[in-house]
Amino acid sequence: MEGLTYEQVAGFAHSWGMVYFVVMFLAVLAYALWPSNKARFDRAASIPLHDDESV
Amino acid sequence: MQPSAAANPMRLDLVLVPALLGLALVIGLIEAARSPDPLMVIQAWTFVACLAGVGIWFLKRYGGGVPADETGAYQNDVVKAGVIASMFWGIAGMLVGVIIASQLAFPDIFYFPALPELNFGRLRPLHTSAVIFAFGGNVLIATSFYVVQRTSKARLAGGSWPWFVFWGYQMFIVLAGTGYLLGITEGREYAEPEWYVDIWLTIVWVAYLLVFLATIWKRKEPHIYVANWFYLAFIVTIAMLHLVNNMSMPVSLLETKSYSAFSGVQDALTQWWYGHNAVGFFLTAGFLAIMYYFVPKRAERPVYSYRLSIVHFWTLIFIYIWAGPHHLHYTALPEWAQTLGMTFSVMLWMPSWGGMINGLMTLSGAWDKLRTDPVLRMLVVSVAFYGMSTFEGPVMSVKAVNALSHYTDWTIGHVHSGALGWVGFVSFGALYCLVPWLWRRDRLYSNALVEWHFWVATIGILFYITAMWVSGIMQGLMWRAYNDYGFLEYSFVETVQAMHPYYIIRTLGGLLYLSGALIMAYNLWRTAARGDVRKSEVSGTATAVAQGA
Repeated sequence: MEGLTYEQVAGFAHSWGMVYFVVMFLAVLAYALWPSNKARFDRAASIPLHDDESV
Repeated sequence: MQPSAAANPMRLDLVLVPALLGLALVIGLIEAARSPDPLMVIQAWTFVACLAGVGIWFLKRYGGGVPADETGAYQNDVVKAGVIASMFWGIAGMLVGVIIASQLAFPDIFYFPALPELNFGRLRPLHTSAVIFAFGGNVLIATSFYVVQRTSKARLAGGSWPWFVFWGYQMFIVLAGTGYLLGITEGREYAEPEWYVDIWLTIVWVAYLLVFLATIWKRKEPHIYVANWFYLAFIVTIAMLHLVNNMSMPVSLLETKSYSAFSGVQDALTQWWYGHNAVGFFLTAGFLAIMYYFVPKRAERPVYSYRLSIVHFWTLIFIYIWAGPHHLHYTALPEWAQTLGMTFSVMLWMPSWGGMINGLMTLSGAWDKLRTDPVLRMLVVSVAFYGMSTFEGPVMSVKAVNALSHYTDWTIGHVHSGALGWVGFVSFGALYCLVPWLWRRDRLYSNALVEWHFWVATIGILFYITAMWVSGIMQGLMWRAYNDYGFLEYSFVETVQAMHPYYIIRTLGGLLYLSGALIMAYNLWRTAARGDVRKSEVSGTATAVAQGA
């Protein structure tokens, strides 16, 4: 293979891999903590309690 | 609304499922008739016999019109079948565990040279597969079918396809288990079945994924509840792991043996990428789904923090997938890959404990129920064991600790604190909830027997893991001890001799755990089949429960 060397691939994974993980984590945190989502999540927390058993 | 099957006699699933079973039957018969491999002939006839049984069952269920269970709001019969199968395979798998523990503790008594089927090397994968895939898998399939219907407020999709998933999965277990006894194995940890069983499981698993997705698709509840996210992560990731780890080339389409597409250290890493994520996505994500439904439901409290559950989910699945290399410390695996595996394992501590705290704190405002409800106590203790084993795991993944712990009984102890304490107890808790709900009983036959189960099993776990801690650390220290001349202090057989008392304690622990499961089976059978209440608990149910019966 003439293109990328092992060191280049590893270097890319070491640096951009970390950026990718930090960005994903921040996105998850933002989604979980976004104020307008609060009401939806508060309701979702009790979904198991509201399932009717009128089978 | 789904049109009733009576008004729509040409149900597509009632054509496709029998067609698929028929095709499998033809292939099975060809293998049985043409294979030069005597082991393949036995496996093929087993497959054909299972298919014949399932075919007769399908005819009985669908031959005389549409069963009542097919028209209700929820499909319950397949969940009931899953509960029964879970109990059966659980006891079978734990019994094999006690047998192999006895073989290690008393090799003079439990060694059968005339019966190669009962050799430790064949029974050990039978035990691991039976408890993980047969017991755990049936619990996961049954609870996922129950939970996805309730939290989506939708009937299970696919008509008879869920039944195909159920029976197909039992056939996978039978083929894999009998194959091990015959000596058929790929030798890949937790993935021992050969290529043809892997293909069958792939078909069943795709059907499972589609049934689950289709049920979520037609949900009436706008939000997809967190338990369903965990179930989905479990189903999708196991599919991916199974396909990659089992890439292999059969010697012939008529023979059992196959060879892996990978070799050397690449093969080792593939196996442990699979192996550790089987722990992460089968034994963790799937059972966390059970926690997120059954703990709030039983405690009658909402999830402590739904926001935390979202962070828990995404961080857990993103981090777990990288932890596998910690099984290959100090091997030919590149140093950086070992360090990567260790780092991600230590990072896993955060989501694991976030999830544990979320499960435990769901009881806030209902802590008093721990005293009165042994089922809830079982669920909560399972979450505590989850916290303990997910603390121990990252510690053991640190290379300096691993230098002592790896290849010793400490690993066996760690696995069993997770398997018996977390997976076992959360499954038992869910089954104790499900049986009265599914069979429409007011309560279990006996709460006192649940108490007995809880204490017998807890003491069994403590015997097991403390014996393995002592034995494992001692073993590791003896292996690395040098004398004044720089020679090894102990021969290998001396380290084996030193472990004898701990092997006996471990067997006792396993026997207690199995006894607890037998108590449970009796209690659940009385609840489901008879629906009566134990005499001493009849008068004033409330007081009997309040006194801890």
